[in-house]
Amino acid sequence: MRDEHLILRVVIKLMFAPILLFALYVQFHGDYGAGGGFQAGVIFAVAFILHALVMGLEETRRVLPIGALRMMMVVGFLFYAGTGAATMLLGGNLLGYDAIAPHSTHHEGQHYGILLVEFGVGMAVASTMLMIFYHFAGREPEIRDEDW
Amino acid sequence: MTPTGEIAALFGRVIDLSLLTMLVLVAYQMLRSRHLFAIVMMSGIYSLLSAALFVSLDAVDVAFTEAAVGAGVSTVLMLGAMLLTVRRESPARSGRAAIGVAVVTLVGSALIYATIDMPAFGDAAAPANSYIGAAYMERTAAEIAVPNVVTAVLASYRGFDTLGETMVIFTAGLGVMLLLGAGAPRGGRAVKDRPADDRGGEDQPS
Repeated sequence: MRDEHLILRVVIKLMFAPILLFALYVQFHGDYGAGGGFQAGVIFAVAFILHALVMGLEETRRVLPIGALRMMMVVGFLFYAGTGAATMLLGGNLLGYDAIAPHSTHHEGQHYGILLVEFGVGMAVASTMLMIFYHFAGREPEIRDEDW
Repeated sequence: MTPTGEIAALFGRVIDLSLLTMLVLVAYQMLRSRHLFAIVMMSGIYSLLSAALFVSLDAVDVAFTEAAVGAGVSTVLMLGAMLLTVRRESPARSGRAAIGVAVVTLVGSALIYATIDMPAFGDAAAPANSYIGAAYMERTAAEIAVPNVVTAVLASYRGFDTLGETMVIFTAGLGVMLLLGAGAPRGGRAVKDRPADDRGGEDQPS
């Protein structure tokens, strides 16, 4: 399989960075346009899934090891919960983002809070999707051509 | 209504109807087919078509999610799951078909009966557009100052819900890790379904 599918491999190589860039756009533009952490996380994961489908899972595991994914899953969720805890420590309610910038006249705190929280969501979703994919795909070492 | 508006409305209706027709056709083909690879691919097409339908209903955020999750990731996950089992569905026993047809007819007619009571699409007095939905629309600009109301509701007004959702996703990943993952964190052994046969290589994900 390695030496075949040359066109697919070239196309994926070209597409990989733009997909990641698009994921970041969806992530950080979520409060202005469609999308947000959930969608961005999935798009981020899809880039690596495409990479794994064409280059093989072993190759992708070298780029993004499973231990890093495990950390990202936890850190993503704790990022969200931590934002909530931080607003409480700043004297607001849990996830009451106005406590981040209490003197702002245009709800700056809400913007920061949403960005932080969405970042946590994106990280958790991307790593969880990839984790599930790794585990499903990791059981069958290589997709044979007659399976298609 | 202006002539241009009428043409646009007609055009929208044609698009909606053709999308719905294609959805029905794809669903029918999925039922007919026994080839699991084809079924997985068609479920991806089904998701993509419903994403297009959501766009035509102005639900861009939902369409985005459906396209990314339904057509993208879940298709790949279904493929991965399919590779672990057989490639063809085993034929069902035909003895219980009558019960199934009866249940489907009953539920289907109940659902169609229920649609008679549903408010018209875009009705300003519909429950979804009044009460709390209208309140979010009115208050977001002043309270959150974020242009996308969906994001404001998801991340701020209902931030606690979203925290729970993130927890659910995390738990789902954890469940898959525990079920399919070979070995515990403290050095378990790789799980094999069958004794080493034609499959080469070690299936140890960590």
